[in-house]
Amino acid sequence: MERYILPDIPGYSAIDVYEQHGGYGALKKALGMKPEEVTDEVKKSSLRGRGGACFPTGLKWTFMPKQSTKAKYLCVNGDESEPGTFKDRQILELNPHALIEGTVIACYAMGITTAYIYLRGEYGKWIRMLQKALDAAYAKGYVGEKILGSGFSTNVYLHKGAGAYICGEESALMNSLEGQRGYPRVKPPFPAQFGVWGCPTTINNVETICNVPLIINKGWEWYSKIGAAKHPGPILVGVSGHVNKPGVFEVPTGELLTDLIDKCAGGVPGDKKIKAVIPGGSSTMILRGEAIEGVRMDADSLKAAGSSVGTAGMIVMDETTDLIRVISRISKFYYHESCGQCTPCREGTGWIWKILKRFELGEGQMKDIDLLMDIANSIEGNTICALGDAAAWPVQSMIRRFRDEFEKRVKPAAVAVAS
Amino acid sequence: MLTQENLNRIEEIRKRYATSQAALLPVLWIAQEQEGWISEEMMREVGKLLDLPYGHVLGVVSFYTMFHSEPLGKYHIEVCTNVSCMLRGSDGILKAIEHHCGVKPGETSADRKWTVSEVECMGACGGAPMLAIGEEYYEGLTPESTEKLLGSLK
Repeated sequence: MERYILPDIPGYSAIDVYEQHGGYGALKKALGMKPEEVTDEVKKSSLRGRGGACFPTGLKWTFMPKQSTKAKYLCVNGDESEPGTFKDRQILELNPHALIEGTVIACYAMGITTAYIYLRGEYGKWIRMLQKALDAAYAKGYVGEKILGSGFSTNVYLHKGAGAYICGEESALMNSLEGQRGYPRVKPPFPAQFGVWGCPTTINNVETICNVPLIINKGWEWYSKIGAAKHPGPILVGVSGHVNKPGVFEVPTGELLTDLIDKCAGGVPGDKKIKAVIPGGSSTMILRGEAIEGVRMDADSLKAAGSSVGTAGMIVMDETTDLIRVISRISKFYYHESCGQCTPCREGTGWIWKILKRFELGEGQMKDIDLLMDIANSIEGNTICALGDAAAWPVQSMIRRFRDEFEKRVKPAAVAVAS
Repeated sequence: MLTQENLNRIEEIRKRYATSQAALLPVLWIAQEQEGWISEEMMREVGKLLDLPYGHVLGVVSFYTMFHSEPLGKYHIEVCTNVSCMLRGSDGILKAIEHHCGVKPGETSADRKWTVSEVECMGACGGAPMLAIGEEYYEGLTPESTEKLLGSLK
């Protein structure tokens, strides 16, 4: 398939090369349309958010009030921090202008005059690349006052995070942008009613926004025919772990996981068997190696298989992998990243990690397996934000699908040792 | 003390936001860039500048792992040990770093040349295992290439 989000064009990050290949043509086209027609186009395309929740983007845009006495804001979420996910970084490096063009089009569609692109602090080098592209776009009149001679003006600013996974959660992102600790907010009210500084706000993922110029250029009918019918479009899939050629691959949604591993990422080193696959970043439910046959990278197929697309960051594990170490490491991550507001998550993530450390050392007890499940179940659904769920799902799915791995690490009973 | 040049930069940055509080993260980044870390004195200065209580500034600094309230060594080695890196040998990378720098994660060497941190996913899973020094990422490492890299830093 032709690549659209990460096209194979040398120097594409430079504005003149981007323009030579039709770049900013979608913005020109959009400015000739009515804002609601732009939103309608995105809605009909069936584009779904690429940040993990797969929410229909056009529908989200319609939640913004048309008339507002308050300012309206767009936040573009580039706080990519989900372990196994490294796609947005590729966009910042290889196609920053699609992100800028998509941002301005989204602002036009929703009547927004200020957008912030919130980027994870670790990406300092890539933030400078994007800033350079943004400066070039301002200089050419694609961003700023009276864009391309139209009556529409909008500013786009880059905002650098400072190393907190939780700020990828949309309401935590807004609090962080406001200069506070990145604590998620209780919803409702939802961002479209009460977002940044209490004003109507939309939050979209970096990759999601990069699909917008494509939809405007080629039309919703063309776009909606790419990949899986209910979750269409190109998607950036990161494949890491035990594969020969790890990397980010642009494919149509609905690609077979086995093809992503074998054809895109060059298969498993030494032709070892696959023990397990985390399909969409560390918070998505782990699948047994034999269970990925026929499963596709789209929302419906992965849901049916008992997991989810998440951020499409696949982690492949071969037959030699110590899964107890994997789940222990994942649990340490969620313990570290829990913001501490909600008791089940703050305490539960720490308990889970401590118990898993015991299994790692071969000192688990049989009753600990059920205890882990009980703690995970007590976190899930009982917290302000989805980090609690994200911490619970890997543990629950690991116990459900690999219980034998835990049982093998139970300390032999004292009696058995004595004999 | 923030330099006059940085105070001018901050004035420009404030215009991007509806409140002065929102400039806090960018201002803390500038402060850290200037001093290498953020002292209590600096937090108080930033608080005065943005009309925020010291407690708020401290609360924010302590929340975000990339803000340092203690000085670091000349080179801050951040090694990712999350799953994708772990599967591809980050144990060996960490060991090579500990061996070369003579410190454990979370520590700074006595000569203040090295600070070593074990960090969460840096978004470089395709180049695992990896480490970062400042804003520079070093990917596709082996223990040998790690030794060589550290050896080249004077």
